[in-house]
Amino acid sequence: MKKTPLNQIHKDLGAKMTDFGGWEMPVEYTGIIEEHQAVRNQCGLFDVSHMGEILVSGENAAKSLQKIITNDLQKLEPGKIIYTPICKPDGGIIDDLLVYCLQEDQYLMVVNASNIEKDFKWINEHLLSKTKAENLSDKYAMLALQGPESKKILTQLTDIDLNSLDYYRFRQAKAAGIGMIISRTGYTGELGFELYFEPEAAKKIWDRLMEAGSDSGLKACGLGARDTLRLEKAYPLYGNDIDETTNPYQAGLSWTAALDKGDFIGREKLIEIEKNCCQRKLCPFKITGRGMARHGYEVYAESEKIGEVTSGSYSPTLAESIGLAYLKDEYTEPGTEIEIKVRKRMVKAEVLKGPFV
Amino acid sequence: MSVKDGLYYSEDHEWVREEEDCLVIGVTDFAQEELGDIVFVELPEVEEEFEKNDGFGVLESVKAVSDTFIPVSGKILEVNENLIDNPELINDDPYGEGWLIKVDPADDSELDELLSAEEYAEFIEEE
Repeated sequence: MKKTPLNQIHKDLGAKMTDFGGWEMPVEYTGIIEEHQAVRNQCGLFDVSHMGEILVSGENAAKSLQKIITNDLQKLEPGKIIYTPICKPDGGIIDDLLVYCLQEDQYLMVVNASNIEKDFKWINEHLLSKTKAENLSDKYAMLALQGPESKKILTQLTDIDLNSLDYYRFRQAKAAGIGMIISRTGYTGELGFELYFEPEAAKKIWDRLMEAGSDSGLKACGLGARDTLRLEKAYPLYGNDIDETTNPYQAGLSWTAALDKGDFIGREKLIEIEKNCCQRKLCPFKITGRGMARHGYEVYAESEKIGEVTSGSYSPTLAESIGLAYLKDEYTEPGTEIEIKVRKRMVKAEVLKGPFV
Repeated sequence: MSVKDGLYYSEDHEWVREEEDCLVIGVTDFAQEELGDIVFVELPEVEEEFEKNDGFGVLESVKAVSDTFIPVSGKILEVNENLIDNPELINDDPYGEGWLIKVDPADDSELDELLSAEEYAEFIEEE
């Protein structure tokens, strides 16, 4: 299993470790619910160094990416970030990722850990001339500092004015004396920052942040809390809720398909999908009966199978069982009653309008 | 992680405590620690009868779902209703407030097939 530069720190903190896409990662330190609450109410620190970084640079970098991604790169200028899927010609989602515009001819793509090789190959195959892609995943460690206290904590380590850093913007700056990318992004729905820097500095930055946050209730948080936090915001997770068999329209990501930006991979098919409606849609739901839904559970209405759960967990904020499921189009209205087959029992649930929190 | 003296243990991480008129059954500290925050509990009906090693309930934590297996054959006398609204009692006090069921055993000799505290401590050491 691959290890992040903070592997030993996690073990020293007593974290439960798990194999996540070939990486040995912390699931929880003191408990998922406690870590979840820390992020909603104070602050949490996540090691997300397993995420991949691919640098695309050269004269035709922008043109190449405009062809590869579904969102519109025109919106980007140095210091800005966009979220986008990349799709196959049939509209299936290869990955969802962030694109950072470092310079006009230099873009950093931050991709899901389990897709690094696949994405790198795909991007390389579709680059225009005078442009290259480099897999820099081993050159970056990554921390996510998330929660209402995050700005106060990070401010103690850096000279830059974090108040002037808007959502989906980043700055190349120093924190704790280390050069890094400081980005106003995250996967929790809270105020938060993601930091990218050289792996050798990871321990120093972790320690300095923990120290700076000790008065603010900062807690080390694992992938377990990361999952419940993103689910409460109804953010899709690649491999669970989206994959190559689902498209942006089904997944509620139609806003990332810039059909009028000019040609890109998957555009023709996505135009067709948009016109014909999508047959199934990813919907948030909550369990109204007793039980928990999990990935892969079947969904029924009037004894007919109408879909499948892709994410299901407990919401610590609501103290309810919540989830995401692909449902046939006619059952996607908020308020619709559905049933979920939880092992041998049918459990009542209700379609909601997301996000949950 | 604690293993409590004076109880019987199964390799499925349940404990059994002898009381005058019944056996009390729960899951061990090791089991609750492995599961993490327990948020949902499914328990059997009173009067239901089980054979040794039958699944009698379900514990769901935030991350995982786990069946519980009865370490002795018998009839359910009582279930811990408190757990319905307070499943975290299993995490907080697995050998006390977090008990799961009380059973009228069909065959007292089955207790001899279970592990002692010492044997169970060794068993989880190896796991």
